[in-house]
Amino acid sequence: MLSRTANSIYWMARSLERAENLTRLLDVSHNMSLMPNSKGGQQELLAPLTITGRLDQFRECYPQLNAETLLEFFLFDESNEGSIFSCIQSARDNAHSVRDKLSSEAWESINATWLELRHRRQRGISHEGAKSLIDWIKQRSHEFRGAAYGTMLHNNVFHFMRLGTFIERADNTARILRVKLEVMESQHNSNHAIDFYQWNALLQSLGAYEAYHVKYTGGLSTRNVTELLILSAELPRSLRYCIGSLMSQLTAIEGDQGLAAKRLCAELQARLEYGEVDFITHFGLHDYLNDLLRRIHTIGEEIHRSYWEGA
Amino acid sequence: MTAIEQPAPHLYDEMLSSEGVHPHYQAYFQWLENTPDASLEQKRREADTLFRRFGITFNVYGEEEGTERLIPFDLIPRIIPASEWNQLELGVRQRVTALNRFLHDIYHDQEILRAGIIPTEQVLTNQQFQTAMLGVDLPGHNYIPITGVDLIRDNSGEYFVLEDNLRTPSGVSYMLENRKMMMRLFPELFLTQNVAPVEHYPNLLLETLQSASDADSPCVVVLTPGRYNSAFFEHAFLAQQMGVPLVEGADLFVRYGCVYMRTTTGPRQVHVIYRRIDDAFLDPLAFNQNSMLGVPGLLSAYRDGNVILANALGTGVADDKSIYPYVPDMIRFYLDEEPILNNVPTWVCRRQEDLTYVLDHLEELVVKEVHGAGGYGMLIGPKAGREELDKFRQLLRSNPANYIAQPTLCLSTCPTMVNEGIAPRHIDLRPFVLSGNEIKLVPGGLTRVALREGSLVVNSSQGGGTKDTWVLEDAPC
Repeated sequence: MLSRTANSIYWMARSLERAENLTRLLDVSHNMSLMPNSKGGQQELLAPLTITGRLDQFRECYPQLNAETLLEFFLFDESNEGSIFSCIQSARDNAHSVRDKLSSEAWESINATWLELRHRRQRGISHEGAKSLIDWIKQRSHEFRGAAYGTMLHNNVFHFMRLGTFIERADNTARILRVKLEVMESQHNSNHAIDFYQWNALLQSLGAYEAYHVKYTGGLSTRNVTELLILSAELPRSLRYCIGSLMSQLTAIEGDQGLAAKRLCAELQARLEYGEVDFITHFGLHDYLNDLLRRIHTIGEEIHRSYWEGA
Repeated sequence: MTAIEQPAPHLYDEMLSSEGVHPHYQAYFQWLENTPDASLEQKRREADTLFRRFGITFNVYGEEEGTERLIPFDLIPRIIPASEWNQLELGVRQRVTALNRFLHDIYHDQEILRAGIIPTEQVLTNQQFQTAMLGVDLPGHNYIPITGVDLIRDNSGEYFVLEDNLRTPSGVSYMLENRKMMMRLFPELFLTQNVAPVEHYPNLLLETLQSASDADSPCVVVLTPGRYNSAFFEHAFLAQQMGVPLVEGADLFVRYGCVYMRTTTGPRQVHVIYRRIDDAFLDPLAFNQNSMLGVPGLLSAYRDGNVILANALGTGVADDKSIYPYVPDMIRFYLDEEPILNNVPTWVCRRQEDLTYVLDHLEELVVKEVHGAGGYGMLIGPKAGREELDKFRQLLRSNPANYIAQPTLCLSTCPTMVNEGIAPRHIDLRPFVLSGNEIKLVPGGLTRVALREGSLVVNSSQGGGTKDTWVLEDAPC
């Protein structure tokens, strides 16, 4: 497989995953912003900006932070490289340059999403409401995944695509966890209502709300949430799940190029697979997450070095 | 049914003659008569949406926003009876054979020049003549694995060759996509009519490209300038249909005289390059130094016979408009046969007597730049104003060798869906010819249509559209 093709496919998948993650985050922020301030709504609006590291950029362009400006910035703002519009555009550009490597169903799905998104952007958010836009983007994301899963050969192209998806997803989960943790620590009170909504928001932004209640009875607890989001073998957005998938994609890719990436990934996988929530708590969740993020970042660098700078 | 505007009596129309409907169009015409116009209109919108969704587009240079455009697709097919097609096919094969012989000859013994059939300076000083190809031996002496021959019909219904495209002819993806669209929209027509299939073209193309190399299992790639190129859709389409990598210049490199591509498992040797990049951009070491599109060292690997280019380097000298008038002579010279397909009568302005005639009859003629393409840089005499005629008179006098002239041809028309209903519009036809161990064509080609009333310009870059081309087996004629 051409190195350039692998690179484009990988970044296509990362951009798509980024857009989908952002949609979840916006969805939750939007809901929270509708709540009275006492429940932490304003804090919630900040979350997408801190998680994506775009708070400064936002402040430069928008006079005030409210649900509307936040949505505008993250849905449609072209000057924001991290907006959903920019992510989908870049995913579509990457897909276009390697369209011969995607199945026609997968290509058409992403192309149609792009065309429709441009159309919706012209009409503006108010036309149909933020919620239905958000739902639509999520749906399109599912459709692309389904088309790719169901119609493409599960060969190198597919492996690089999933590689992009899982590294982006792992990064996203770790970041969200870290930011939420900071928010909750900064509030350091025992207001159960705020805690409740914060944990809820965290679970929802990782699509894990329902999973939590399937696995754990009783209320929301730090211990359980941590265990679920970091160590669960079943939750598709848990760190253990993402890193495990990353490992199996790396193993499936033909050739011996990716040895360094595989070694690093295997180490991390072992830590998560044999990890215990008590150990993490003892270690300090904050430091633990920072360490994880650093490792994920290094794996990404090694992927670059091995597969597209190697030849 | 939608009203069909009658064609002008002095033109040849593919569907309607003065006696009524041509026999091979009878069945289609009956179907058309029974089809409500609202349904056609709806199919047209459906086709537009689908083409857009599939991303079957071409890129327009110099337009910032929305640079990917759809080529307008017309729902009404151009139909050719098998007997007529067979004759066309014979003519096209003959022509391509002679052109290939010509290319080998001028890069080797130059017998045709020594025999005085074509003026030597016309070939050797031609911008497209590549001295680098002198004495280079290509496997099977095959210079032009892929050609596209542009055909038109005049008002008597006779076919003429308008142009030979021997460099990187495009449009074959539209031929295939148009067919797919027609089968999707009008399955009932394909059930009742014997439309010859064209879908195996990519298989034939791959066979042709593979057969060009002596390697055991040759690695074939399609080389594209990238996704901003006007024909990028086609490049990606063909690579996908053949199941071969679509590469850009930067994906390839030359080492120890061989060409490799950069893959995720390390370098892999490339044997055949179906290149969709012009000669001048292929190798920055040999040609255009500023080009980022090509591969440094490619030319020397090619000359050493370590990689095949399709088409070969330097084929442009044979599809040049100044060489075109000599193709019938080539056929006689190399094949000792009479040409089956006619050339359009052509005045070569570098000849003094031709120039005099052209200057005297400018209002009746079409003047074309020898190296022009895409419908640019031409004068259509009967449509031109005083000023434009004067401008071309001056151009002709100052650089006659740069121009040829032809009579204004009455291109045949074919009923076409336009805003007002169905009306005759001028068309041409480009069949695609594959030359490997043998010459192969799929029965059909790309029919281009000039959508503006009265216009003769069918180029997509000038707003032309396309139609599906049906060769009807067992059709009455």
